[in-house]
Amino acid sequence: MDLKPGAGGQRVNRLVDPFAQISYHFLQFLWRTLHLLVSLWYLQVSMVQMIEGFLISSGLVKRYGALDIDKVRYLAIVVDSEEAYQISKVIQLLKWVEDMGVKHLCLYDSKGVLKTNKKTIMESLNNAMPFEEAVEKDVLLDQKQMTVEFASSSDGKEAITRAANVLFMKYLKYAKTGVGKEEPCFTEDQMDEALKAIGYKGPEPDLLLIYGPVRCHLGFSPWRLRYTEMVHMGPLRYMNLGSLKKAIHRFTTVQQNYGT
Amino acid sequence: MELYNGERPSVFRLLGKYMRKGLYSILTQGPIPTHIAFILDGNRRFAKKHKLPEGGGHKAGFLALLNVLTYCYELGVKYATIYAFSIDNFRRKPHEVQYVMDLMLEKIEGMIMEESIINAYDICVRFVGNLKLLSEPVKTAADKIMRATANNSKFVLLLAVCYTSTDEIVHAVEESSKDKLKSNEICNDGNGDCVIKIEEMEPYSEIKLVELERNTYINPYPDVLIRTSGETRLSNYLLWQTTNCILYSPHALWPEIGLRHVVWSVINFQRHYSYLEKHKEYLK
Repeated sequence: MDLKPGAGGQRVNRLVDPFAQISYHFLQFLWRTLHLLVSLWYLQVSMVQMIEGFLISSGLVKRYGALDIDKVRYLAIVVDSEEAYQISKVIQLLKWVEDMGVKHLCLYDSKGVLKTNKKTIMESLNNAMPFEEAVEKDVLLDQKQMTVEFASSSDGKEAITRAANVLFMKYLKYAKTGVGKEEPCFTEDQMDEALKAIGYKGPEPDLLLIYGPVRCHLGFSPWRLRYTEMVHMGPLRYMNLGSLKKAIHRFTTVQQNYGT
Repeated sequence: MELYNGERPSVFRLLGKYMRKGLYSILTQGPIPTHIAFILDGNRRFAKKHKLPEGGGHKAGFLALLNVLTYCYELGVKYATIYAFSIDNFRRKPHEVQYVMDLMLEKIEGMIMEESIINAYDICVRFVGNLKLLSEPVKTAADKIMRATANNSKFVLLLAVCYTSTDEIVHAVEESSKDKLKSNEICNDGNGDCVIKIEEMEPYSEIKLVELERNTYINPYPDVLIRTSGETRLSNYLLWQTTNCILYSPHALWPEIGLRHVVWSVINFQRHYSYLEKHKEYLK
């Protein structure tokens, strides 16, 4: 965390009045003290979460013993790109997910670091298949292997832009000639079809786990996040099996109204 | 800023106002979010919890909304977006939908009556979403308040009604397509009808990402999104705009939201400001 001063902080060069200077420095002191207290609070929360995670991993908390993993039909994991370079940590995380019985997984980081290390990651997993291969062989419903999809920011808004061009070209192709032309009018189903036509067949995840400093989805495809539950797991270096189990258990107890 | 009533402020209200000012003078030593978005979740659960009559939760929620907007205005936040009504909400029971529409009309008409106060505070009110789905009286009232406050700029209140992100994305594709057609000026047969020949398709340049972004309903993008009731999903809201946005889900139901939640979201924004700015730069 790197605190940057705001508009109040940038007034220092223009302060001539000694009283104004004193009050500026006093406010800066109060602001930094506030943030120090907040940081200490988060430190204590992290320690409690680590202890809780350890207790859950050891099986001492019975509540998280049995997980209804079938409720997680599609799991997505977003990793901060800088942290994604810790490939061994990523592989350990995926092994936990595989052991828990998750059948479909999407791994995302905005810069595509995980995509670059796809081969290494897939070779480390016991029984996993790339998502594209599963789609090609039409074995998505086959529960024997975990499918893994790799995504980056180019699979989000840029993919939607490519799908937009597919729709636009289709519109041009079928526009009537000689008679009044209708204006472009598309539907969400047509956008779905356009995305599938250019190779984006991944479904909407039920649960998205964010490993990084901030609770932010970092550009995961906007088209696939409508009702996805998003849980912030903290930095990847502090990941533990207990927190993962707790997040999945919590998800299995959520009820959605879907706006009704 | 006192948004409502002409009553003389009480001592406690004045004391609260000055204490808030003191708190803001500390918070503004760091960066303040330009845009905060809200999902008003929990009105019905609040009504059930407190055994209120039908609609009581929404009324309490409206009062909470006024307070939160006051805090944002006082803190110097420039934009606030409220998820007032989703396209999905039309699937609720008809009397419930009608109640919300009637409440919306009542509040918009209230804003029209208080137009001079809204203009005095330099607040711009904009309704965004698929407004064609609104009933005529609500649409007319919304257009009226938008026209009346169009020139205001200190604080912009965006009310997302008849809105979903997926509908917004499709709308952006439609508008970008129309822009492409207009820029090629192919209407040439004198009767006003447009004729497109297959051989004229080639000169069209592709729709670019920046064009889609320009045609979304909501700009600029929010820095913080607050969804109450502890729910951790976006429910088809601002999916496009939240790439670099902090998502905050306090457990309080919407009518229970207070200054402490707004302040906590600003503190977390300040903690992660550098990280999110770096990520924005990378994606440009």
